[in-house]
Amino acid sequence: MVTGDHTMQKYDVELEQIRSRILQMGGLAESQFKLAMEAFETADIDKADTAIASDRRLNDLQLELDVMVNQLIARRQPTAGDLRMVMGVAKTITDLERIGDEAAKIGRAVRWLKEKGGNFRMNRIPDLRQSGESAARLLHRSLDAFARLDGHAAASIIRDDAGIDDRFRATLRQLVTYMMEDPRSISSAIDTVWIAKAIERVGDHAKNISEHVIFIAHGTDVRHASPEEVERAVLRE
Amino acid sequence: MEVTLKSGATDTVAASGAAARSKMSIRNLQFYYGKFHALKNVNLEIAEKKVTAFIGPSGCGKSTLLRVFNRMFELYPEQRADGEVMMDGDNVIRSKQDVALIRAKIGMVFQKPTPFPMTIYENIAFGVRLFENMTKAQLDERVEWALRKAALWNEVKDKLQQAGTSLSGGQQQRLCIARTIAVKPEVILFDEPCSALDPISTSKIEELIDELKQEYTVAIVTHNMQQAARVSDYTAYMYLGELLEFGETDQIFIKPKRKETEDYITGRFG
Repeated sequence: MVTGDHTMQKYDVELEQIRSRILQMGGLAESQFKLAMEAFETADIDKADTAIASDRRLNDLQLELDVMVNQLIARRQPTAGDLRMVMGVAKTITDLERIGDEAAKIGRAVRWLKEKGGNFRMNRIPDLRQSGESAARLLHRSLDAFARLDGHAAASIIRDDAGIDDRFRATLRQLVTYMMEDPRSISSAIDTVWIAKAIERVGDHAKNISEHVIFIAHGTDVRHASPEEVERAVLRE
Repeated sequence: MEVTLKSGATDTVAASGAAARSKMSIRNLQFYYGKFHALKNVNLEIAEKKVTAFIGPSGCGKSTLLRVFNRMFELYPEQRADGEVMMDGDNVIRSKQDVALIRAKIGMVFQKPTPFPMTIYENIAFGVRLFENMTKAQLDERVEWALRKAALWNEVKDKLQQAGTSLSGGQQQRLCIARTIAVKPEVILFDEPCSALDPISTSKIEELIDELKQEYTVAIVTHNMQQAARVSDYTAYMYLGELLEFGETDQIFIKPKRKETEDYITGRFG
């Protein structure tokens, strides 16, 4: 990545504005997801509603950042490290907005679970809790890697995402067991599947962001590559 | 000799490779304006039927390099080149061949359109007559062929006897390209061919360059980075008389290897 200043200083200002805006968007996505998970863990409908409502702010930021990116491309025709940064940002914007959508989905599922009454026990599934915590950690680490454009940190996130996918499958097995044991739990279990799936998707988006970081920092497109190939690509630099 | 460069835009974990044949091999090339050492040990392969772009700040030697390729520098006695510009087994800068013949094989188009003060027809026919004996019908055919190749025929076919200078800047530049093509060159050198043209004429020339590479080897010097990115297959970055980086254009513009190249193409220069 290039660090020096452009001859045209306004270009630097525009790039910096985009960078700080996306970090702000990342912070919002992270807190929205954490709030949604708290709503689920504590069966708190107010928190669920807040998580649903704050999705709007992320949507607004997405639109605002898209305009900034379009304007920068039209005005500056970025190349090399600048081009990779702009492309990486454009893709990261989408991932962050989707994380907001997933958090809102969790919020809505919490609402449904609450409205159905009965005992709210699905949040006691250990794998589900742990995958929620892991996804939040991965998201935090991916945003940190983005802020520092740290390809090596990003590569380790890609490896760790596999753990969330494993927990998702374990959660599904437990939910299926619940449903077989007690058909009255089917409706709640299905709502919980949505939550488990949303958590798993947040992990995927964190992984995507890490892939964008590697593209920006190292110029290597590691999408669809195995974690081993990703690490080799980063070490090659 | 093979130019050992992979094809494929950025680095991907699984990039495929394809190589291009070399048309000109530049080895240990030095160039002097009097005592000033303007090109320092340039080594480079110009790929056949591809477009190679030369970029770099003013005074870096890119136009000088182009002028060595067809010995244009020899017009000035205090200028001197050492080293090799090999084409078809012959070192162009030491060749015993008639220099006019070399310049017919390695044609050049300049920054400003330079039509001769003659009719459109004569602008093309003049050079052809120097090298070939032709009947009037054959010459007519060659003039039409060259003007068609230069995407100018439809605009001038009804006014071939008008002065070349009566055309617009963009048309004049295409006339100069037609004049270059008419003597059937193998290599065409473009020295900032669009810097005096408006965006539409520029687009026409760029499209023409894209078509020309089907049959000719093209080298272009340009100050317009986006133009280099648009038209070329390979890009060479020069600075202070040295070739600092050479590679596939897609690679240079997405992931240059050297910081100097990155700084220049991203506008962090000086």
